[in-house]
Amino acid sequence: MDAAYEAKLRADYDGQSREDVLRDYREMLRIRRFEEAAARAYTRGKISGFLHLYIGQEAIAVATKQAMEPGDRVVSTYRTHGFAVALGSDTKACAAELFGKAAGLVGGVGGSMHFFDKERGLWGGYAIVGNHIPVAAGHAFASQYTGDGRVTLCFMGDGAVGIGPVHEGMTMAGIMKLPIVFVVENNQYSMGTPLKRTLPVEDITSRAAGYGFASDRFHVTSVQETRRRLGEAIERARKDGKPTLIELITYRFRGHSMSDPAKYRQKEEVDRWRLNDPLERALMALKTIYQVPEQELDAIDEAIVAEMDAAYEFADKAPAPAPEARFDNVMAEGPYYGDSATTRPAGVE
Amino acid sequence: MPILQIRQAIRDAMKEEMERDERVFLMGEEVGYYNGAYKCSEGLLDHFGPKRVIDTPITETGFAGIGIGAAMCGLRPIIEFMTFNFSAVAFDQILNNAAKLRHMTHGQFAVPMVFRGPNAAAHMLGSTHSQAFEHFYAHIPGLKVIAVATPYDAKGLLKTAIRDENPVLFLESELMYSVKGEVPEEEYLIPFGQADIKRPGEQVTVITWGQGVPVALKAAELAAAEDLSCEVIDLRSLRPMDEAAIIASVKKTNRAVVVYHGWPNGGVGCDVVARIQELAFDDLDAPVLRVCYEDLPMPYAENLENLILPSPERALAAIRRVAYKR
Repeated sequence: MDAAYEAKLRADYDGQSREDVLRDYREMLRIRRFEEAAARAYTRGKISGFLHLYIGQEAIAVATKQAMEPGDRVVSTYRTHGFAVALGSDTKACAAELFGKAAGLVGGVGGSMHFFDKERGLWGGYAIVGNHIPVAAGHAFASQYTGDGRVTLCFMGDGAVGIGPVHEGMTMAGIMKLPIVFVVENNQYSMGTPLKRTLPVEDITSRAAGYGFASDRFHVTSVQETRRRLGEAIERARKDGKPTLIELITYRFRGHSMSDPAKYRQKEEVDRWRLNDPLERALMALKTIYQVPEQELDAIDEAIVAEMDAAYEFADKAPAPAPEARFDNVMAEGPYYGDSATTRPAGVE
Repeated sequence: MPILQIRQAIRDAMKEEMERDERVFLMGEEVGYYNGAYKCSEGLLDHFGPKRVIDTPITETGFAGIGIGAAMCGLRPIIEFMTFNFSAVAFDQILNNAAKLRHMTHGQFAVPMVFRGPNAAAHMLGSTHSQAFEHFYAHIPGLKVIAVATPYDAKGLLKTAIRDENPVLFLESELMYSVKGEVPEEEYLIPFGQADIKRPGEQVTVITWGQGVPVALKAAELAAAEDLSCEVIDLRSLRPMDEAAIIASVKKTNRAVVVYHGWPNGGVGCDVVARIQELAFDDLDAPVLRVCYEDLPMPYAENLENLILPSPERALAAIRRVAYKR
């Protein structure tokens, strides 16, 4: 470990208790192990469709959970397992959703890209890039309308910032002074295209002025620094009704999805970012600063691996949705079999 | 009974529902200080204030999405499109969010809201402002689609729409906002999924909705002068559709013509024809015909527009054809 790295590490963890760092490490590791297991299940053909992994970005979800209050809302993208695990969704239900099972987080109808867990503050799960920004603004509008005191945290990738609904949603949030925080998780790539080829400026938060927002921009290297700065924005939204645009500079170590071998980047680049991986840094801090014995760290990991093994075992054995489940939740009135006697499925009136 | 214009019936429906339920609000371009591009919200800002009658910037995707997000939190938004032609800009919000969220979230969220505004061609507005959107929206499970042609129907159905637990697309008409009719003073609701026989008849069933209704009624009048009796059925509700009313009439007349705004390919008109041929094939004495736009973009020039629009004369020609009277 070189001196500069160690100095930065010590600065990041200055004043943090051993217990807090262990907790943050454990929560990040839970997300990582959940997703590594997902990747294995995908390779074994147990998961179909698209699977976008959050590996490298876990600190953001963990910090968000700590920064928000009960009742605050997280609105996110198709790369959303990390938020579900961090917010306390049952990992069995999460895994079952990936497997398309009835016990899944949304009954097996959503899959990886459409995680919702309202009770725990996870308000999606949106897979059309950018189209959740106006919806999130609508949640914040409802908070303003009813005075419920809640803040909406709206996450998006760097690839989203060019699409229309982002502009329209932010325009509305700005003009209406909504209690909302917009967070761009800049993981460097819009699928396989680096930001410098999709955005005419380097700093995404330069847009904040145009919407009348406050802004913040930083590298995500630790949970607590991220929590603190998200917390400031949440406070600003809750107390002053002023939106903030935050750019979190981060990195995803896997491809865009499981079908992407990520050939558009060099090994050296990935290695360089590994030094900034908040999970690796937390582990390094625990070993060097807090002198946590290897045995204790291994035990934490083993417990998490056991949790995830149990979750995926559950998912594998859980039953598929019943055939009639496809009629549910289409319309409010109850099971829906189609609008015409001519097109109704066989066996239903 | 008071005589109201359609625009007044729409305003009264919104006003009554906003008074009844504080969760209901109206949002859109020019709905507040301007009193509505077509005056459907006249006086509502003065009555309810800017918290509940909300002017927006020109951001159809933005305010459609805000409505959806607010509905998910338990509010009951009415989103006004200045014209449904502009709803194309918000199509993704309606298709992928409003229509899908109850399903996609396994019932964790509901989207009880109304998108309303004028639909289809008006007069000489050119190709981008003269399109009928029921054909797009009625395709989508998860939505309800309503089209109104009288003040009575407009008020009763809009009140039902505002109270419905699903997203409802409520289609009006620029050319028909001034149409007058009787509206009861006492409260009433009209359930969805019930067609209305606007003119009873015996020989030919004419199925129509929205701006097609006056065309069909005029054609029926012309046909009556030739001793051809037409039954004009106003569907009012396109999704859900009152299939039983259509079939009952066709079984009586054995002949049907569908009169509507919109292009011939795909859409609600084709859907009506498909249902008739499947459910009443043995009762038909003639092919079912459609009278709608020619399969062309709408030109501005008045003479060209008139050629493309469904007219009473074209509808009459179709009625004669199915009756084998030329």
